[in-house]
Amino acid sequence: MTSSPLLSVRNLTGGYGDTQVLFGMAFDVNEGEVVTLLGRNGAGKTSTMKAITGLLSKRSGSIDFEGSETISLAPHHIGRLGLGYCPEERGIYGGLSVMENLLLPPVIRSGGLTTEQVLELFPRLRERARSKGTNLSGGEQQMLAIARILRTGARLLLLDEPTEGLAPVIVQQIGEIISKLRDRGYTILLVEQNFRFASTVADRHYVVEHGQVIDSLTAAEVTSRQSHIQQLLGV
Amino acid sequence: MFELIGIPPQAFFGQVMLGLINGAFYAMLSLGLALIFGLLRIINFAHGALYMIGAFVAWLILQYSGIGYWGALIVAPIVVGALGIAIEVLFIRRLYELDHLYSLLFTFGLALVLEGLFREFFGSTAHPYPIPAELTGVQNLGLMFLPIYRGWVVVASIVVCLLTWFLLERTRLGSYLRAATENAPLLQTFGVNVPRMVTLTYGFGVGLAGLAGVLAAPIYQVKPTMGADLMIVVFAVVVIGGMGSIGGAIFTGFLLGVVEGLTKVFYPEASTTVIFVVMALVLLMKPAGLFGKA
Amino acid sequence: MSPNASAPALGATPPTTSTAKLALLIVACAVLAAAPFILYPVFLMNALLFMLFACAFNLMLGFGGLLSFGHAAFFGMAAYIAGHSAKVWGLPFEVSVLLGTAGGAALGLVFGLLAIRRQGIYFAMITLALSQMVYFFALQAPFTHGEDGIQSIPRGLLFGLIDLENDRVLYAVIAIIAVGGMLIIDRVVHSPFGQVLKAIRDNEPRATSLGYDIDRHKLIAFVLSAALSGMAGATKVFVFRIATLSDITWHLSGEVVLMALLGGVATVWGPALGALIVIVMQHYLASFGAWVTIIQGITFMACVLLFREGVAGVFIKVVNRVRGAS
Repeated sequence: MTSSPLLSVRNLTGGYGDTQVLFGMAFDVNEGEVVTLLGRNGAGKTSTMKAITGLLSKRSGSIDFEGSETISLAPHHIGRLGLGYCPEERGIYGGLSVMENLLLPPVIRSGGLTTEQVLELFPRLRERARSKGTNLSGGEQQMLAIARILRTGARLLLLDEPTEGLAPVIVQQIGEIISKLRDRGYTILLVEQNFRFASTVADRHYVVEHGQVIDSLTAAEVTSRQSHIQQLLGV
Repeated sequence: MFELIGIPPQAFFGQVMLGLINGAFYAMLSLGLALIFGLLRIINFAHGALYMIGAFVAWLILQYSGIGYWGALIVAPIVVGALGIAIEVLFIRRLYELDHLYSLLFTFGLALVLEGLFREFFGSTAHPYPIPAELTGVQNLGLMFLPIYRGWVVVASIVVCLLTWFLLERTRLGSYLRAATENAPLLQTFGVNVPRMVTLTYGFGVGLAGLAGVLAAPIYQVKPTMGADLMIVVFAVVVIGGMGSIGGAIFTGFLLGVVEGLTKVFYPEASTTVIFVVMALVLLMKPAGLFGKA
Repeated sequence: MSPNASAPALGATPPTTSTAKLALLIVACAVLAAAPFILYPVFLMNALLFMLFACAFNLMLGFGGLLSFGHAAFFGMAAYIAGHSAKVWGLPFEVSVLLGTAGGAALGLVFGLLAIRRQGIYFAMITLALSQMVYFFALQAPFTHGEDGIQSIPRGLLFGLIDLENDRVLYAVIAIIAVGGMLIIDRVVHSPFGQVLKAIRDNEPRATSLGYDIDRHKLIAFVLSAALSGMAGATKVFVFRIATLSDITWHLSGEVVLMALLGGVATVWGPALGALIVIVMQHYLASFGAWVTIIQGITFMACVLLFREGVAGVFIKVVNRVRGAS
């Protein structure tokens, strides 16, 4: 592994209009890692994701991706650097078919999965290829939202609450997929409220509260510090 | 020869044909408006003025450089499209964050300026534009005599509308456009340059208006006010069709042209108002429009 | 790109202070009384009626948040009704003006019923299209006399006593009508009804959840706006003794939008100021042909790009800054 992290966030502040929601976020994601941002509703996890993708228009501080400073870049320039974003609301285009959704994000560099490999990973999507995006179940939408950023060659996947509102069976499938993606060399930043799920897939965790990172722990520390974390998360 | 409720067939089909021609212009203009609205969420009040400029470009290049009709079909949409791109980059871009009424007001002001400038420099009178030699003459279709140029206008606009539809529904660029209409910011995170796409869409939409202007020049002559009154009817067409779909805009345009033509046959006094009456009826029964989503 | 839900609605934050307003009103009355001795009364009457028209229009835009692009229909149709009433039926001034006002209100009710459920640009397009329908009606209906219009309309006697043929007398009557109309608008805006209207403009879902009947409030405001626009149009007939198509075209609908925008849509009185500026501009540019349109268009674009609070808005800002500094 290289010495410098793939993604490095420092002193990140930002918000919407007059409301500030991020107050100096700082964390690192190393190449090949699965890292989660844990925290309660409104802690600033999703806003952090939006700041990284460039969708949070008011942001300052430093976001370094592979040695490029992205804090003042437009979202499409950031996307071209090799980040794949799967938003909390999944963002499936209802007017486009499943296949159109899958092929929508342009390939930005080599090294992504082929469409065939993606469909092997998500066999359900092959069956529904011609359906309109609006006709998918929540689980299928989530699969599609993850699937479509695997083709592009993006090396860092930003997954915002991929398990939210899904049945336990599907949550388990998503966990398996995340493990497979990690084995293929993807780096993943995951936002989660579901600590139990997060602890099964991630190498490291950051706990976010009031727009700041207040604690961090490795997978090995999870068992020993479980009650402490659950207290922080208010579970 | 048969008669339709006392109307000779030549008159009947002649009016339907005239209706189709009007419908061709309604369709091309409302198609451009719908494209622009889908992506920019603005109503382009300057659309009629840009249509007028398309006709003027055709007339001017014929006067001063001898480029004829076929050249104008290419040059005028490019000139008008480029003008549109400049307008978007210089002005309209600044208005996206505001209430959409502001962009409506801005483009209204722009329409006044453009129309006023052409009136100032070229006068209010109409400038005739010759029908290209290849398309002069009349074809006897048995039921009616069809001036070839008019048939050409209908065919050309149908082809343009179908090409645009194909571009949107069947190409990669089209899937970007449809996706941007639904959720542009997410598309941008995928690395698609959405701001440039917005600019080009505005350019393409008004380029269609410019093309319609060239097609119209030999029929309606070239004058500064040719766009303004047409524009209001096209707005009514847009309200009737609803802004939801591209196909809807095309279909509604042709349909209302024919409705207008038929009204001219059966109740000529109402021919100028029939589209507005249809609009009122549609608003009462289906407020989102025929193809609109509530 | 994507619609910004939090973008401020046209005409948010109306600032007013009541003591300053009273002082201004007194000054305004003094100016009104002195004006006909300095300026041409016909010009003044025309300006006053457009001031009323602009304020009436802005009741809908500034305080209801709905942009009507068809207000010339109310203004122009009321003009035809008043003209016909005075000339053909021989009815007196006051009855003719009232008939015109009622006509404007009735037309406003029809427009409102058709358009009120749609918002934003749809509302603008629908009102524009409906007014164009009224224009074509006026072009074809026999009583309007098409391109000629209704000419030589007698001014007659007010209440059977006061001879309105004298320009200064008519000026006094019109000043009372115009200022009275604008005061009505001011009352409405600051009444509980006006508060609800503003609440709807600022946040419609919230106003709904508070139990207000949104459509009814908008419709009442629209009819009132149309009625007062009609009053202005009906009265104007007696100034120039003619009612013509130019009072019912979309150009005039656009002009009244410009007046409101230029004056300041967030204020009650700003549009009157805007109307005055536009009328003066037209007066001095009249001989320059198409340049009137071009300059109006440029003013529109400049207002939208640089100057969204309008003259009155900027004035209030400057006053507040001076007050804050002292």
